[in-house]
Amino acid sequence: MLDEYRTKSYQAHLRPAVDENLIKDNVAIIGIGQTAFSRNSQRDELDLACEAIKNAVDDAGLSISDIDGLEALTLDRVSMPTLIGSLGIPNLRFTSEVSFGGGGACATVMHAAAAVATGLADYVVCYRSLNEASGHRYGRGDGYAEYLSKAPTLHYGYYFPYGFLTPLAWAGMYARRWMHEYGIKLDNTGWYSLVLREYAQKNPNAIFYGKPMTYQDYLDAPMIVEPLRLFDCCVDTDGAVALVVTTADRARDAKQSPAYIMAAAQSIPIETEIQTSYNRPIVSGLPETWYVGQELYRISGLGPGDIDVAELYDPFSFGGIIQLEELGFCGRGEGVDFCEGGDRIRVDGELPLNTAGGLLSEAYIHGFNLIAEAVRQLRGTATSQVAGAETALVTAGPGLPTSGLILRK
Amino acid sequence: MTSSYDPTRDVPRPARWEVLYRSSGPFWDGVASGKLLLQRCASCARWLTPPRPMCPGCQSREHEWVQSTGRGTVHSFATYRHAPHPAFPAPHSVVLVELEEGPRLVSSLVGIAPENIAVGQAVEVVFTHAADDFTLFQFKPAA
Repeated sequence: MLDEYRTKSYQAHLRPAVDENLIKDNVAIIGIGQTAFSRNSQRDELDLACEAIKNAVDDAGLSISDIDGLEALTLDRVSMPTLIGSLGIPNLRFTSEVSFGGGGACATVMHAAAAVATGLADYVVCYRSLNEASGHRYGRGDGYAEYLSKAPTLHYGYYFPYGFLTPLAWAGMYARRWMHEYGIKLDNTGWYSLVLREYAQKNPNAIFYGKPMTYQDYLDAPMIVEPLRLFDCCVDTDGAVALVVTTADRARDAKQSPAYIMAAAQSIPIETEIQTSYNRPIVSGLPETWYVGQELYRISGLGPGDIDVAELYDPFSFGGIIQLEELGFCGRGEGVDFCEGGDRIRVDGELPLNTAGGLLSEAYIHGFNLIAEAVRQLRGTATSQVAGAETALVTAGPGLPTSGLILRK
Repeated sequence: MTSSYDPTRDVPRPARWEVLYRSSGPFWDGVASGKLLLQRCASCARWLTPPRPMCPGCQSREHEWVQSTGRGTVHSFATYRHAPHPAFPAPHSVVLVELEEGPRLVSSLVGIAPENIAVGQAVEVVFTHAADDFTLFQFKPAA
């Protein structure tokens, strides 16, 4: 089971031919838009979605009437027909939704790309809108238990009777095993969170803008689910982000410099559960992220050393750190050392990481804000701009069916 | 299930999905009678955890239920320092037990304080009458 992953031997020759990939270099993100990110929007999710989408369409130099496709997560609670009615899209021709929570973030772009590359639509908008902070918090166990009584998700039914109810605890189970196998000390894990907080100090849109953090602050913050402290966790956010996807041909006329898609990939390895894949041979790793990484590198022809900036979906710091290992930026068990002191992941380091502050310090818009930041980096308009950034790798939620993108200038 | 059961307040019940995922039934029936039953493919002997109708190794639909020894080790654990739910006051630990047979099960430990739990610790199963209408399997430090 998971032989390729266990032996790190990706069988590239078994995958579809790269020269038949219709998305590679033929599709681009030409518009990004968002709302303010806050802890209490005092607005509804429909309203937030409308604003972000309008901003993205304006950014692309288009009109709402140009949009003929919409792409969302199944998690999104705004009804698409209602959204269309409010936006004024005259006749939507393409729509689909991607499952698996934040693991679907990059997949929305992949599906939109597939639609425009095959002529099903001209301009597809991917969006995410949520009142996660003020509305319905995923981190609350009582809410999950209520959800269980109706949910068709098999594995949770075995776990909830033990009070194993929240994403943080599910991640903590991976983290504890990872720490045990690689001898990682609890107090050494803070650099990742610290550097992301530094990035947020340059980003006025970040929830933690104006709220710097010292290493001691990290250590002094309460342990929520051991081994994860408060600032190992993402920041519950109200807000929305939208992205406009079209073909490279149409992108040439766009108002903004396009961010071309070099590769897009999804992965659901066998024995995957939604954040609780504990019956795989290795509990201390993220096979889905490894598979997505291998496929992105195979399609793009790039390797880890060719990535100028990475935007890794980090619901928890450890989830981001283990992704560094699975994506080949360092060896397994070396992620904490890679982040030690922070220099490697700062803006002038070897791998500038989550440069707007990531999900820990910018906002938790289910990773759509990471895709927007990757586009800004390639445009040269980021608040912590990586000099000469030409390639960006973006991932989606780790520890569940996931997805990823490599974008280029 | 009693009519006063409230999943936002009471311990969540093991889920049984008679329409979607019927394979969970024999497992919980076993627990109710004080047995920890593991599903194994009758064709290729692969353990199927969680239980399922088809073996992912050989696609056989024939399987058998085998009683576990109930012995295993703590493969990992997580400890809530803030209660996630009214029924589970903090500190509350959840453990991942690797049974001697190989499959891993999420459970909780009795007879040990959260700060004394360690990866690799030997444990054995116990059955706890959790409420009028259901029994849970838990683990305790091995004798």
